[in-house]
Amino acid sequence: MTFTDLMMLMPLAVLGAVLGLDVVSFPQAMISRPIVASTLAGALIGQPGRGLVMGVALEFFALESMPFGASRYPEWGSASVVGGVLFAQTADGTAGAMTVAALAALLTASIGGSSMVLLRRANAVWARKQQARITRGSGSAVVALQLVGMTSDLLRGGALTLVALVVFMPLYEAVTATLTISPVLSRAVVVSIASAVGLAAVWKVVHTTVGARWYLLGGLAMGFGIAAALK
Amino acid sequence: MNAPVAAPHLPLRVRAAMLLRLFAIQGVWNYETMVGNGIAFALEPALRRLPGGHTGDRFRAAMARHSGYFNAHPYLASVAVGALARAELDGVPDAQIERFRVAAPGPLGSVGDRLVWAGWVPFSSAVALLAFGLGMSPAGVVLVFLGTYNVLHLGLRIWGLHAGWTRGLGVASALANPVLRQGPAHVARATALIAGVALPVAADGIIGSGRAVLGGVLAAVAAGAVMVTLLHGRIEGWRVATFALAAFVLYAMVR
Repeated sequence: MTFTDLMMLMPLAVLGAVLGLDVVSFPQAMISRPIVASTLAGALIGQPGRGLVMGVALEFFALESMPFGASRYPEWGSASVVGGVLFAQTADGTAGAMTVAALAALLTASIGGSSMVLLRRANAVWARKQQARITRGSGSAVVALQLVGMTSDLLRGGALTLVALVVFMPLYEAVTATLTISPVLSRAVVVSIASAVGLAAVWKVVHTTVGARWYLLGGLAMGFGIAAALK
Repeated sequence: MNAPVAAPHLPLRVRAAMLLRLFAIQGVWNYETMVGNGIAFALEPALRRLPGGHTGDRFRAAMARHSGYFNAHPYLASVAVGALARAELDGVPDAQIERFRVAAPGPLGSVGDRLVWAGWVPFSSAVALLAFGLGMSPAGVVLVFLGTYNVLHLGLRIWGLHAGWTRGLGVASALANPVLRQGPAHVARATALIAGVALPVAADGIIGSGRAVLGGVLAAVAAGAVMVTLLHGRIEGWRVATFALAAFVLYAMVR
């Protein structure tokens, strides 16, 4: 990859940085959800529609992730940029495109989740270093610590996106070039796996609420009816 | 019972500064103080109004107190920030403030987790997935998701800061608000219904013209969902999915 190629990835890295920041640090408006993030990434390279399709597939997976307190979860903001760009950059009909792009996004989300854990530990180290000033009631120490944490998270998301794109772009091209499976099968595999995770996630959330399982079953019946009618 | 004392005046620019900082309340989240530094960060514009200003003893004592451990849902932390700002500016005794800081996180965390993370996030996703399945444009789907989600997000932050400031340390009664008490159950039922409709419609939208494989997809989804549900607590579904996709790619490469 040349320096020029790297520079062309910078807007995507900036997008990944902003979306990675949204996951926890600022402003948690959920622009980092795959259905938004992947669409934005696709739009940045002129393919919002394909970015959205990838985003929908990843959104099924993300239904499972809930950022409860100190729990560990995948980081979908940066990962969705990677998945969205990989899928959107290839022409419709490329063999195995969605499967390989989804795999790259999931791996990036996993690494992103680990990078958030490392950042949280680093935040604790920085907080301890400022402890003496904070205990004395220094307002500037509190503000500075907050800015350091947010800046670090921004850089984390940007670096993760850039590195993931540098690694996965050539890998993606190499792997899809060897595949002969049809695009329909590729999409069907991703949809099957993603929908299974999404359905299980919805069940997990609603099954303890009185009557909710019947709403879910009724909704599924209506959904299959609508899908059949749209054919 | 004593009538609640009217809240003192807090300039709009101070409230706006606090609200803006609330969006960054988890900016330096860590496993030791959790959201503690963020609470002090959001309170700081109000605490500057204490006698002596930002160099005074009361400001320093309050900043030191509030930068310690605190854990709450990030949106409902606004309730605590409003209440603590009011308590500090009213000169409430330190011990009473400390008791509130110990008691508030539990309810603020559990209510927020159920209403937002386990309720409104999947609900907003389901609505957006349905919009995609019904053929809405990419911009439309994004706006539907962000609009739906942020109505509650922004509403909670603004309401929380206002409720905390107007009720002070007696803000616990605000958590009896019907939206917070009964909302999660209603949202769960709505999520179940809309997600039920959205999943097949959106999945069909992705597969596109591959109608022949739809039967296989349905069988795989049903079997996969049962498997992921049974594995709950041992391994997350997305990790199983990563292994499954990797296995499929390897199979497709070597076949």
